[in-house]
Amino acid sequence: MGSIIGSSVKRVEDKRFITGKGNYTDDIQLQGMTYAYIIRSPFAHAKILSINTEEAKNAEGVVAVFTGKDIADSGVGGVPCGWQVNFRNGDTMKEPLHPLLVVNKARHQGDGVVMVIAETKEIAKDAAELVEIEYEELPAVTDAKQAMEAGQPLVHDDCPNNLSFDWELGDKAATDAAFANAHHVTTLEFTNQRVIPNAMEPRSAIGHFEPATDKYTLYTTSQNPHLTRLLLSAFVLGLPEHKVRVVAPDVGGGFGSKIFHYAEEALVIWASKALGVPIKWTAERSESFVTDAHGRDHVSKSEMAFDADGKMIGLRSSTAANMGAYLSTFAPAVPTYLHGTLLQGLYTTPAIYIEVYGVFTNTTAVDAYRGAGRPEATYLLERLIDKAALEMNMDPAELRIKNLIPPFDGVNQPGYETKVALTYDSGNYEPTIRRAMEMVGYEDFRKEQKEARENGKYLGIGFSAYIEACGIAPSAVVGALGARAGLFESAQVRIQPTGKVSVYVGSHSHGQGHETTFAQIVADKLGVGVEDVEIVHGDSEAVAFGMGTYGSRSLAVGGSAIVKSVEKVLEKGAKIAAHKLEASEDDLEFANGQWTVKGTDKSIGFGDVALTAYVPHDYPQGLEPGLDFSSFYDPANFTYPYGCHICVVEIDPDTGKVEVKRFIACDDVGNVINPMIVDGQIHGGLAQGIGQALLEGAIYDESGQLLNASYMDYAMPRADDFPMFETDRTVTPCPHNPLGVKGAGEAGCIGSTPAVVNAVMDALSPFGIKDLEMPLTPERVWRAMHSNGSN
Amino acid sequence: MGIPINVKVNGKEYSQEVEPRQLLVDFLRETLRLTGTHVGCDTSGCGACTILVDGNAVKSCTLLAVQVDGAEVTTIEGLSKNGDHPLQEGFKEEHGLQCGYCTPGMIMAAADLLTNNPNPSEQEIRHALEGNICRCTGYHNIVKSIQYAADKMQGKEVSHG
Ligand code: FES
Ligand code: FES
Repeated sequence: MGSIIGSSVKRVEDKRFITGKGNYTDDIQLQGMTYAYIIRSPFAHAKILSINTEEAKNAEGVVAVFTGKDIADSGVGGVPCGWQVNFRNGDTMKEPLHPLLVVNKARHQGDGVVMVIAETKEIAKDAAELVEIEYEELPAVTDAKQAMEAGQPLVHDDCPNNLSFDWELGDKAATDAAFANAHHVTTLEFTNQRVIPNAMEPRSAIGHFEPATDKYTLYTTSQNPHLTRLLLSAFVLGLPEHKVRVVAPDVGGGFGSKIFHYAEEALVIWASKALGVPIKWTAERSESFVTDAHGRDHVSKSEMAFDADGKMIGLRSSTAANMGAYLSTFAPAVPTYLHGTLLQGLYTTPAIYIEVYGVFTNTTAVDAYRGAGRPEATYLLERLIDKAALEMNMDPAELRIKNLIPPFDGVNQPGYETKVALTYDSGNYEPTIRRAMEMVGYEDFRKEQKEARENGKYLGIGFSAYIEACGIAPSAVVGALGARAGLFESAQVRIQPTGKVSVYVGSHSHGQGHETTFAQIVADKLGVGVEDVEIVHGDSEAVAFGMGTYGSRSLAVGGSAIVKSVEKVLEKGAKIAAHKLEASEDDLEFANGQWTVKGTDKSIGFGDVALTAYVPHDYPQGLEPGLDFSSFYDPANFTYPYGCHICVVEIDPDTGKVEVKRFIACDDVGNVINPMIVDGQIHGGLAQGIGQALLEGAIYDESGQLLNASYMDYAMPRADDFPMFETDRTVTPCPHNPLGVKGAGEAGCIGSTPAVVNAVMDALSPFGIKDLEMPLTPERVWRAMHSNGSN
Repeated sequence: MGIPINVKVNGKEYSQEVEPRQLLVDFLRETLRLTGTHVGCDTSGCGACTILVDGNAVKSCTLLAVQVDGAEVTTIEGLSKNGDHPLQEGFKEEHGLQCGYCTPGMIMAAADLLTNNPNPSEQEIRHALEGNICRCTGYHNIVKSIQYAADKMQGKEVSHG
C-alpha cells in the first residue's frame, strides 16, 4: 500500500540496547534465586567409576547436588532429536539416549556429570571442587571418516561403525552413466571444517517452579521458546504444557546454536521442581565452547562431470557428516535435507547423486549453524566449478553463466524442478551475477591482477553463486522428510479500542529486528504509524504458538501469518465501516487508514472503526464485537533466495596473510521490507562466512580435547579483518507468499565462504596450487607457496 | 569479610563492602544491578564488559571491584541522560547493532577512542575495536556508527540516511 514497506525505518528496539536496558536472561534476578554450576567431563570419552558428593552437599551455602543417577531415578529420559533420517535400507536412524547428566559414561569433553546448586554462583563453583569423580579414560575418536572404520572406539555401544544413519538422494545409475561419458571430471576431496557459533551472549537458563500455582517458568536464551516448551512437556519432563511458560527475553545472537533444546533448560526446571526455588545457570564462555552445538564438519569427496562444451553433465558426492556425541535437535537434517537437496545449485546439471553418512564421534554435538547445510552445498559446488574452470582453462564466471538455469518467475512459468527433490520458486540468475561482475569491474581487475603479478603482488578474485532453500516449512513437506514437528508460523493482530495495535508473533528476534520490520508491515497495511504498533514475541504466555526463528523463516513464514491476520482485521473493519457509513461494503475502499465510499468524501478512520468494535452501540447486527485475529500460516513451498558474491584478495608473499581487499555481494532475497536491516543481515553473514574461510575452526587433539576453546585460541573475526562490504540487490519476488519475500538471514554466510577460498586459489594459481583446506591461515598459505605446488 | 570501597558510578557515590575476589563486572551487574555491562567470555577477549574508569576504557571482567576504590566509573547506563550521546545516536542511525549484546562495550570502547582521537580514519576505528567482538554486524555498520558520532561531535553535518 504505502511507502513504509521498503523503507529503512530505524529500529524501534535499539533504544533499550544503546542505553543498557536490554533484558537478557542472565540479567533477570528472581526473589530467592539460587545458582547452578555443572561439573563437566574433562575427558572426551571416559567411564565414570564413582561420584562422591557428600562433602559438597555439606558445604555452607550449598542447596543441593544432583548426579545423573538422581535424574534417571526420577524417571527422566533424555533430550530428544527433532528430525528423523533413515538408513538407505529403510531402518530408522540410531538415536541413542542423550541424558541430561550422564550416568556411566561421558562421551565428549563437556558432557554434564554433576549439578551443584548453591546460594551464589561462587559458592556453587567452589563446592564443585569438593565433588570427587573417578573416571577411567577411554580411547576417543573425533574424525567422522575415521570413526566409521573397523576397530575404532564406539561412542555408543549399540551403534556399529559409529553410524547414526546413511542416506542417499538422486539417481545413482544416471549419474554414473554421465561420468562414464564425461569429457572432463573435476574432483575435490575436502573438509568443511567444524566451526563454533559463538553468539556473544553465553547460553543461560532460569527455572522457576511455583508450588502455590503448580506453574513452571523457564527463562532461556532460545531462538524458539514454544518448541522448547513442547519438548519439555511432551518428551523430556512430561510437564503439563498449560502450566509451563517459556520466555526467551532479549537474546544476544543465536546463529542456529540457540534453536536447540539443551539439557540445562530441563535441568533447571527439574531441579526447581525438586527444591521449590528458582535456579539460574549461565554458561561461562569456555563452557559454551564445548557445549553449544557446533556447525559444519563434513568430510567429502565430490566430483563434477563436464562435456566437451563445458556443460555440467553430472555431479556426485559422498560426505561423512560428524554428528558429535549425540543427535542434537535438528542435526540429522543438516547434512541431508538441507545439503543434499541443494546440490542443483543454480545450474542445469541433469544427473546428481549424493550419499551422506551421519557419524557419532567423541566431540560436541554438531547441528545447524547459520546456513545449515546450504553453505556446505554451496562450498562443494562453487569450489568444484572454480577448480574445473582452472583445469579446463575457462573463465570461472563464464563457466557458471553457461550452465545457469534459465529465468522463470513461478507465475507465468512454472517453478524449476531440481534433480534433488526441490522445486525452486522463482529465479532470474544471470542478471544478479552480471551485476556483481559489474560492481567489481571484472575485466579491469584481470588487467590489474596481471600487472600486479609482474610486480610480485598476488591478487586473486573468487566467485560464488549460491541458492538456498529458506522460509523453512511447509509442514507437510518437512514432515515427509522426517521433521517431527510442523513448521508453520502464527501471528495474532489485536487492535486496541484506541486503534493502537498489538501483534503477537511466534518467531523470535535475537538481532534480526522483528520489532521494526513486522511493525512496518502492519503499519503499512493498516495505515497507522510504526510507533502505533507493538510487536510481542518470545513469551509462550503471550503468544499462542510459534516455531521460532531459523532457516531465514521469520519474514517469509511469520510475516505472512501477520498479513493473514491483518487481512482479517480489514475484512471485519470494512463491515463496521459500511454500517457506520450506511453504505455497502462493495462500495468502500481502504487507503491511508480510512474507509471511503468510492467517489464520495464520506469516510471513516481506522481508529473510529476500532473504537466502534469495542463500544458496539451502533453496530452491524450479528457481528461479534472486538477486532482481534489470529492466523496460522503454512506456506506452499520453501523460498529460494540466491545471489553472487565476489571476493578480491591480496596475499602477502612474506607472511602468507590473506587480506580481503573487496567483498561484493549482490543478493536476491525477493521483496525487501527494510533495506537497512537486510543489508545488516548480509554484512553479518559475510563476516561469518569469511571467518570460516580464513580464521575459524575447531581443533581437536587425538584424545578429543578441544584445543582452542577460548577467545585466546579460537580466531573470531574482528573489525580489522574486513573491508567495508559492497552490497546490492536484484529483486525477484517469491510468487507464493503474500509479501513476495524470500528471507535474508543466512545469505551472507552461505555465499561468501567459497568466494574467499576461490579468490585465494586464484591468487595462488602461479604457484600451481589448486586446493587448500580452510581456514586459510597465513601459515597454511605460506607453506603452500613454499612447497612448489605439491600441497 | 568485605572490604570497604568508595566509588562513583555514573555520577552516584557508593560506599560499599565488597568481597575481595569480586570482579568489577559482577559488582556492577549484581550488586548495583547495572546489567547493561555484559559478560561474553572468561578470558578478557571479547570486550562486552567494557566500561570507563576515570575516562579510560577498561574491561570490567579483568578488574576486581576493590581496584576501583576512589575511582569514577561510567557504564553504558551513565553515558548520557536520555540515551542521546552521539555514539548512541550513531549506533541507532547507522544500524550499528543487531542483538545488542556487544553494543554497550562497543560504545564505551568507541567513547574512549573518540576522546583520544576525535577524527579517526576507518582503519583507526577498526584497529581500536580489536578487543571487542561482534558476531552479528560484520562491523561494517559499527564503523559507520562511530564515524557518525565523530562527525557529530565535531559539529560536522551528519547524514540522516
Ligand atoms: S567479558 Fe569478555 S572481555 Fe570482559
Ligand atoms: S550486535 Fe550482536 S554481537 Fe554485536
